[in-house]
Amino acid sequence: MKPAAFAYARPHTIDDALRQLAAGGGQSKVIAGGQSLGPMLNMRLATPVELIDLNDFTELAYVRDVGDAIEIGALTRHYQLADSALVQAQCPLLGQAARTIGHYAIRQRGTLGGSLAHADPAAQLPLVAVTLQARIELISVRGRRSLPATEFFLSAMTTAIAPDEIIRSVRFPKAAAAEGSSFKLFNRRHGDFAIVAVAASLALEGERVARLSLGIGGLDAVPRNVDALVQPVLAQAPQAGWTEAAARAVLAALVPEDDARIPAQYRQELAQTLVQQALTRALERAITKRDGGCP
Amino acid sequence: MKNMEPQDITLTVNGRNHEIKVVPRRLLVDALREDLRLTGTHVGCEHGVCGACTVLVDGRPQRACLTYAIQMEGHEVATIESVDHEGRLSVLQQALHEEHGLQCWFCTPGIVMTFEAFLRQNPAPDEEAIREALSGNLCRCTGYQNIVKAIQKAAARMRPEQI
Repeated sequence: MKPAAFAYARPHTIDDALRQLAAGGGQSKVIAGGQSLGPMLNMRLATPVELIDLNDFTELAYVRDVGDAIEIGALTRHYQLADSALVQAQCPLLGQAARTIGHYAIRQRGTLGGSLAHADPAAQLPLVAVTLQARIELISVRGRRSLPATEFFLSAMTTAIAPDEIIRSVRFPKAAAAEGSSFKLFNRRHGDFAIVAVAASLALEGERVARLSLGIGGLDAVPRNVDALVQPVLAQAPQAGWTEAAARAVLAALVPEDDARIPAQYRQELAQTLVQQALTRALERAITKRDGGCP
Repeated sequence: MKNMEPQDITLTVNGRNHEIKVVPRRLLVDALREDLRLTGTHVGCEHGVCGACTVLVDGRPQRACLTYAIQMEGHEVATIESVDHEGRLSVLQQALHEEHGLQCWFCTPGIVMTFEAFLRQNPAPDEEAIREALSGNLCRCTGYQNIVKAIQKAAARMRPEQI
């Protein structure tokens, strides 16, 4: 289908864009890669009065080391996340997830900020942000604020972004020296949104699992960080059966969405399997890293 | 009142500048096909799934149905019409021809544009990488076996040691 009519603005500076967005009074929408907004427009699920194009702001496409975190500009494209040596070294989970987004052509254009703002319940980057407790920086004519990813996603396709705000950057904590991660998803057709996706990052101290970050997407309206649920099981790790115990602990506490196409039980069983696979793979990678190998 | 009326833009396609008038909601693929009469780029699903409308923007494959023509001022668009060399098929096109990598040809322009870029970035892809990239282009008649074979053949011919 063709989109409904809209006006188009291509401001020269970020400040101009913010002023224009504020003046739009909630009727304007920013467009970055457009790989999620484009379909919404074309199917007339979104009918903004005006599109404000952010694609000229290449200063918002970067990956930067800021001490204990890496900061990534909102306009960074998925392929740039997947290719970044800094991401690979300091936050490998993000690179692993970015490589699974959509298709090759989609990854050339889609952006980090766009994926977070769109907030599909099963999308990769929202899940990684929640799993690693990233902080999302928002800017507007009123100033800037930053909030944890766990407070950013409110419901399916609904975030804490005010109508006059845009995402400027996201800070992901750096992985520890002996930390391994894994991103697993299941979909019926390659490149589709996942039915269920799991992200895991696990840090070893000697033989002990010192810390585990675990997140599940697609189970219900927002991606969930389930670190607290697996905490009691960590003492068993990495003995045989611990991944199963972790999956059980998580799923006992979460209520999956139920619909005719994908029954709750199916989601639950997928989540169980993916949690176990992700934990197993993350542990393997953590051991390799601890022992000085290449992950 | 916001301006939703037609506006003058310059669209740079295959190295040539075109002055056209478009409403902001004009899809790039419609501007290419209907305003410039470059009908080699096909349009299928209009929401980014089928890959038929894939063109290159500044050298990178993109869906022309998820881009609005008005966004393309200052960017270089390349379409299937730019791929042959003075009437001779490109290496990839020739390989698709030889391996029977097309039947109805509806998906072919999108596949060619995707892999013209892909093979430049990945001169020696394995089959898994080819299939991963090809997953973004739906073909409903030839099937993918021969398309994969053609891409492998083209990759081998394009690698420097083969020349």
